[in-house]
Amino acid sequence: MNLTLKVWRQKNNADKGSFNNYTLTGISEDMSFLEMLDVLNEELSEKNEDPVHFDHDCREGICGMCSLYINGKPHGPQQTTTCQLHMRSFKDGDTIVIEPWRASAFPVVKDLVVDRGAFDRIIQAGGYVSVNTGGVPDANEIPIPKRIADEAFDAATCIGCGACVAACKNASAMLFTSAKISQLAMLPQGQVERKERAEQMVAQMDAEGFGACTNTGACSAECPKGISLTNIARMNREYFSAVASSENV
Amino acid sequence: MSWVTKTFSSTLGRKLLMALTGLFLIIFLIGHVSGNMLLFKGDGGQAFNEYADFMTTNQLVKALSYLTYISIIAHVVYAIILSVVNKKARPVGYAEVKASSNSSWNSRNMGVLGTIILIFIVVHLQNFWAQMHWGSIPMVTYESGEYRDLYAVVNLAFSNIGLVILYVVAMAFLGFHLNHGFASAFQTLGLNHKKYTPAIKFIGSAFSILVPALFASMPIYIYFSSLN
Repeated sequence: MNLTLKVWRQKNNADKGSFNNYTLTGISEDMSFLEMLDVLNEELSEKNEDPVHFDHDCREGICGMCSLYINGKPHGPQQTTTCQLHMRSFKDGDTIVIEPWRASAFPVVKDLVVDRGAFDRIIQAGGYVSVNTGGVPDANEIPIPKRIADEAFDAATCIGCGACVAACKNASAMLFTSAKISQLAMLPQGQVERKERAEQMVAQMDAEGFGACTNTGACSAECPKGISLTNIARMNREYFSAVASSENV
Repeated sequence: MSWVTKTFSSTLGRKLLMALTGLFLIIFLIGHVSGNMLLFKGDGGQAFNEYADFMTTNQLVKALSYLTYISIIAHVVYAIILSVVNKKARPVGYAEVKASSNSSWNSRNMGVLGTIILIFIVVHLQNFWAQMHWGSIPMVTYESGEYRDLYAVVNLAFSNIGLVILYVVAMAFLGFHLNHGFASAFQTLGLNHKKYTPAIKFIGSAFSILVPALFASMPIYIYFSSLN
């Protein structure tokens, strides 16, 4: 298939950046989206031009490294990660617009690469368990109802790719933060730091400059892992009860 | 910063205030629409005028009315603050956005809808509330005593087709605002439950259609009555 790509090019964070058009011919519809970009970059390298920079790692949909805002949607037209998106989702002759995640908390590093360090700092603020939980326990040694285990696991499937922030009209990180608060708040190991965690992670999320939630549901609709909005309601409960009852004056 | 100011200057604390004031204004709407249904009574406005008198003189109602003014102002002020924060969170926009594929129009435009409703509230207060408080309203006498004839003011106002259209259109915007706001307030409060959330969503949708429709029916009814 033949394609026209409209790709955001930006030398560095200080550069203003602009779109560049590229035409690609003979792309197989069995290629993944990132393989298609690999083809583009090979052509650019052969012409001694700067290849398009984009994030990628596992290419298996589990690491959360790939991003890209494709044709007006994070991770493109399918509800999946960009690496799991295939060219069969596009038609011959299509123009594909590729942009980086847009958020003040995700500054552009170069081209389509953004710095998602803000997510790491939210995790550092409280997304951990500091009690020693020992080695891997035997199954069912700690009694956790299946429903709770499933819900915590669903929250834990968040790979931190940032599609929620990219999709949100307010560039809000609430789906991410709520998933990370939820996965620990529901399990016994997470109880010790439960209140501190909610308070500190929300404070860090605000400090990073993410927006507020308008409950549009765009984040969940675009999340490659289908993280549910119920996590945001849970985060709100966790936060409100934490500030009302914690000892932090 | 004390924990209270810290909480209410966080995004979640601000959203909490939006939800609480929004829910209070929803309760206000129930009272407002129920009382105004007296316009349909067909008794020449006696029940409505007595009700209007009660609403402007009763002390408990007065206290509630101040709570309503505060709620409207807080809802607007926090909406502005949140909108500024949200705008700053994405200084550079996308060239192409397919927002309609993942969210509803009204959920993305609550600020626009709210602004239109605020303009309507100002016009509406000027039409009736300001008249009742500071304007000169003709008096009418019933067996129970002498009352200000707000019913006549309402009838005169809604014999103007332009004002009727303005009110009906404003109610449509209110409906869209409530359609998202009702259930959204519960979600923000963290009141999310497998059993109750579907019911809240259903009641929210029904409320967002029923209440604005009842409000809109009043100027329409009065306009067509005035033609006879």
